[in-house]
Parts: sequence; C-alpha cells; structure tokens
Amino acid sequence: MNERKHTISALVYNKSGVLARISTLFAARGYNIDSLAVGETENPEISRMTIIVRGDEKILEQVEKQLNKLIDVIKVYEYSKTEHIERDLMLIKVSANKNNRSEIIEIVEVFRADIVDFYHDSLIIEITGDEDKLTAFINLLKPYGIKEVVRTGIVAIARGK
Amino acid sequence: MSMEKNDKSLNELTGSEIFVKSLEMEGVEIMFGIPGGQVLPIFDKLYDSKIRFILTRHEQGAAHMAEGYARATGKVGVCLSTSGPGATNLVTGIANAYMDSIPIVAFTGQVPTHLIGNDAFQEADITGITRPVTKHNYLVKDVKDLARTIREAFYIAKTGRPGPVLVDIPSDVQRAKTEFIWPQEVEIISYKPSYKGHPGQIKKLAQVINESNQPVLYVGGGVVSSNASDELIELATKCNIPVTTTLMALGSFPPENELSLGMLGMHGSAYANKAIQQADLVISLGARFDDRCTGKLSAFAPKAKHIAHVDIDPTSISKNIVADIPVVGDCKLVLQDLLKEVKPKKHTEWLNQIKKLKEEFPLKYSNDDKLRPQFVVEEISRLTRGEAIVVTEVGQHQMWSAQFYKPARARKFISSGGLGTMGFGFPAGIGAKFGKQKEKVIVIAGDGSFQMNIQELATASINKVNVIVCILNNSFLGMVRQWQQLFYNKRYSQVQLCSHSHDPKKCPIPDFVKITQAYGGEGFRVTEKNEVASVLKEAFKIKNKPVVIDFIVEDEENVFPMVPAGASLDEIMINLA
Repeated sequence: MNERKHTISALVYNKSGVLARISTLFAARGYNIDSLAVGETENPEISRMTIIVRGDEKILEQVEKQLNKLIDVIKVYEYSKTEHIERDLMLIKVSANKNNRSEIIEIVEVFRADIVDFYHDSLIIEITGDEDKLTAFINLLKPYGIKEVVRTGIVAIARGK
Repeated sequence: MSMEKNDKSLNELTGSEIFVKSLEMEGVEIMFGIPGGQVLPIFDKLYDSKIRFILTRHEQGAAHMAEGYARATGKVGVCLSTSGPGATNLVTGIANAYMDSIPIVAFTGQVPTHLIGNDAFQEADITGITRPVTKHNYLVKDVKDLARTIREAFYIAKTGRPGPVLVDIPSDVQRAKTEFIWPQEVEIISYKPSYKGHPGQIKKLAQVINESNQPVLYVGGGVVSSNASDELIELATKCNIPVTTTLMALGSFPPENELSLGMLGMHGSAYANKAIQQADLVISLGARFDDRCTGKLSAFAPKAKHIAHVDIDPTSISKNIVADIPVVGDCKLVLQDLLKEVKPKKHTEWLNQIKKLKEEFPLKYSNDDKLRPQFVVEEISRLTRGEAIVVTEVGQHQMWSAQFYKPARARKFISSGGLGTMGFGFPAGIGAKFGKQKEKVIVIAGDGSFQMNIQELATASINKVNVIVCILNNSFLGMVRQWQQLFYNKRYSQVQLCSHSHDPKKCPIPDFVKITQAYGGEGFRVTEKNEVASVLKEAFKIKNKPVVIDFIVEDEENVFPMVPAGASLDEIMINLA
C-alpha cells in the first residue's frame, strides 16, 4: 500500500492532558506525525487539532479509529476525501547582503510573502501557504543561506458548508 | 443572608465523604487496597462505611484482586491506594486489566494540588504514568467535579469495551467541601459506544454463514464480557459450526460439546488450529486476532473466503487481519439479531473432518507413573466437574490449565491473557472468592508465579478466604526453560528456582508447605501420582482458610502442541517426546 500524507482534524475537549493523550497514542502505536497544530475553536471549551500523519490506508484507518476511541476526542475528520484548504505559516531567516537583497525581495514579492525584519546581513520573511508553496519558497531561498525556519504546522478547514 | 449560607454549608460534604457516598451510590460492596499519607481523609470516612475494605499486603495484589472480583462477578472491581509508590504499585494490575478489557476503577491519593509538580514527598504523575494503560483517567482538581468524575469513571469502565479507569484525588480535594450532587445520568458527548450491530452487515454475515461449507467460530473475551454464551451456543448448534476460543473465552462454550475445539493458537489444540487453516469462513466474536492466536498473520486461515469480525471496539477490527465483514457491536445483541437471519445447517462432511482431526491429534501427555502436571489439572477438572472457578498464574501451568481444565461455563476460567502477568493468579483468585463466596476457587500456579505475590497469603488467612492454590512445582521458570530447551540449545540461563523439596541435591527454597503454615494456611505436599485425588479431596474439605498444595511434578515437562513464535498455524509441533 502507498505511504502518503493525510490531513486529520480532531475536535477535542480543551482541557489539560488531552494533547498528552494524543501524543502518547501516536508514540505508543508508532505513528509518524509530520506536524500537529492546536488551537481553540469558536467554542472555548473545544479545541481543534490538525494532525499531518504519514502512512498507508491501513494506518490511516487505525489512526482515525484510535483517535475516536479516546474519551476526550469528540470528532475526527480526514480531509483527503473532501475539498478543503490547508495553510501553514512560516518564518524564515535568510542571509542577505546589499548585493543579493533585491533579488530576494523580488522572490518575496512574487510569493506574496512579507519581510518582517530587516538586518544588515539577514532578512526575516513571513509566508503563508500550503505545503507546495512553502517548499518551493524554501528551495528558492536555499542558495542565499537559510539561517532558521519556524513553522506553525498545517491547519485545515473544509470548503463550503 | 447568613442563614442561607449556614443552610448551604449544612448540606456540604467533604471530598472524602463524597467519595464514600458516590461509591455507595455505585453499589460498591468491596474494595481492595492499602492506606497511606495522601488518602488519610478517605480512610477516615471508610471507617464508618458499610463498604467492605480488604487490606492487602501489596498494592499490586489489590489491583489484581479487584480484577479477579470483576471477572468472576461481571461487576466493576475497585481498588484504592495512596500517592507515589502506592499508585505506581497498582500499575501492573491496571495494565493487566487494560490488556484483557476488564472493568476496574482504581483510586489513588495525590499530594495536595498546590504541591503537584513540585516533586513533593510520595508524588508521582500517576495520570501520566497510566495514560497508555487505562481506558481513561482523571486528576480531580476541584471537589465540585468529584461526584461526577466518579460516576463517569464507573460508567466508562463498564460500558463499551470495558477497561480500567483511574481517578487521582489530591488530599486537599478530599478535605475540601461542596454540596453533594449525584448525576442521575452520564452524558459524555464524545463517548457513545455502539451496541447494536448494523442490520445490513448482520444480513451479510448471515448470508455468508448460510453459504459456507467449513465455517469456524473464533471466540474471544468479548463474548464473556457481554454475557453472550447462550447466544453463542444457540448459533453454533443451530448451524453446526465448530467453536474455538481464545484463552480469555474458555468456558463460554461447553468444552464437552462435540462442536468444541478448545483453545487455538500457540498452545492450542492441533485440531483447533487445523480447523482454522481449513475453514472457508472464520467468524470472530469479541476476539482481537492476537499474535498468540493467529501465528504468522499472512498464513492465517488461508482458505477462508471471508473473515467476519464482530467487536464492540472498532479499533480491533482490521487491526491485524483485514475483516471483509466487520460488525461493530455488542456480541450478545449482534448474535441475537444474527440468529434471526441464519438457517439451520448440518455441515455433516465438515464435522466428520473435525472429528477425524480430533482423533488424529488429541491433546495428550505421557500416561506413565510419574507425576505429570497435566494429570494434576485433569484430576482437578474431574473432581470439580468444571464447576470450580479456576484462576491461573502465567506460564506452563497456565497453558496446561487451558488445555486440560474443562470449565463448565463462562467466568469459570480466569487468566492473564494479554499482559501475561506472573503474580496475577493468586490475588485474582482471592478477589474472585470475595465475589463468589459460595463457589470453589482454585488457583493453579507455578512455583515462580506464586512467589510474585505470595505475601497475599496473609490477606487470605486474615480474611478467612478459602482459596486452594495448586502449585505445579517444577522448580523452574518453566516456560522460559522450555524456550531455552527448544530454541537456545538447552542452555538454561537463570531459570532454576530451587523450590523442589523432595530432591536432596536441590535446596527447597521456599518450603511452600511451611510458608503457608507460617501465614496461617494449610499446606500439603504431593510427590506421587496416586496421591493427587486423595489430597485434593482432603483439601476441598478445608474451610475458611487458604490451602496450598505443592505438587512436585516432572521438572522438564513441556507444553505441547506448540506453534513457535512467528510461525504459521500449520507449523505446529505436536510433541517432541
């Protein structure tokens, strides 16, 4: 079976220990998480976790079932079957000097990213997008020297209704 | 205003009063445990309660007793310990209950809330430690949540796929006061087990049963926990389907019935394993395709056109073996619906084949003059007619018990299945006896396992608990020795226990007869085959105290048949001797 990335969204109670329960589950069962993002929903008692997990269909099925089995998990969605939007926010610190800075700024403009810090030998750029966009952006900046990358992890939401 | 306040405080109870009241509301009759610094307020209230408290000698014993009680009665078992080491000592027992899906609720004291996280004396993060081995757990930080939490804990433990729940209660919460409000209903929106199977899936299952020629029922602990024995017997006899069970489900189908194949798997009967390998349909009821049952997964049931799996826990389905007919639901309810859809069938040819397999590959051992462990188990089975509750420890004696004890009904055979916990059997037997005082409880133990919780002889003696412990004493950690013999060229590394007392070359440590007497019980030793029945009969007459019979058995007897770990069920070793 094919290994691929799956976007799972879980509605959970917003209380202490829930994140630990989920990470314990993933660790104990040997599932690989690419990223995990947690935040409050419109209801402050409930949080939404977006989990990017790698594995075949069988692993995905088990992950969904095991998550559902946790008492603190209210609902689990898997987004690959539904139209949805994914976003990841990245802050990237890249080396820059007066010779190449304008080139970098050109790339930033094309990607509709923002420069949020300007230093004599580096820039910090904020960029939001899906996986492909961020990967492409990183690849373009690599030749200039990437000093640091920070990402929030992917969050996802279904289109329409 | 002040009047109102006074009225309200009159109705207020302390956390420990709420604790006791909540347990009484849950109908708890008995609990097991040991007091300590952070549960003093609770023990002070238990002093006045009608709930019976059994003081054990080790918290692990308490957890196993709670589980033995739960397994024998079908009720929720309860244990209580203090914080820190008291709580960590419960962990093995909790993990055992988790692996075998047994409903227990474990309560632990915790350091006061303001000290949590400060590495206080006897502090342990027990909710963190037990997260992977509980169905759910709670740290109660506010006394207002206590009653509801206890209500939920019992509800979660016994509903759906049962399991252990732990409730950790800091000592300041035990002392704090609030109004006692007992929730009438439990409403957890994120926890709704499905009991009723999907009608479409049940129809599909009925259809493949009706069309099958060589079906086998593969039955697990789910049938015991849903009390579905009657329905299972009805289905098997209506459609003439042979039944093999896991260790957990022994007794749920009458062993004397001609459709019974006994246990399958690593030490299952050869005919059960061969029946599975020839089946065109395997119907799993409340079993989880554990590796000890299936052997090599890719070679399991190669001729099966369909694998059906009925289980209340969706995560069990298609975890190891892909089931093409999954039914999520309670075994009893699903079987009731299924019985309406299936047609009677004779399966004459298939049953003849099974009969031949049974004749060709019977469970057997050497019938010579030596005292063989299997013979002891057969005698226990014969003398009790399978009506005793047999509780086992873990190892060779456990497998011989599974092979040769014929439990008349479900809940007559209690054993540590998933975790395989040595030290489980004796305390679990004590717990079972507390739950079923009129029934005979026999613990079949090894000399290794028994020593892992031997201190509970004190608990049994002081509480006048008549549990009969039959030690199949081979002076070895026998199962490990067997593997070292078969797979490590007979290099016996750290398996000699020196507990034989009839061999002058070996040191009898301990002398099980004397140690039992020292603890106030009655001890016997049997070294000859012809003494077995008479000593058992004499032991059965003793009342109100624990009895230990030290059977000095053949020390290098092996458990056969055996499917080596990781091999397919076809590669069964019948006997080496």
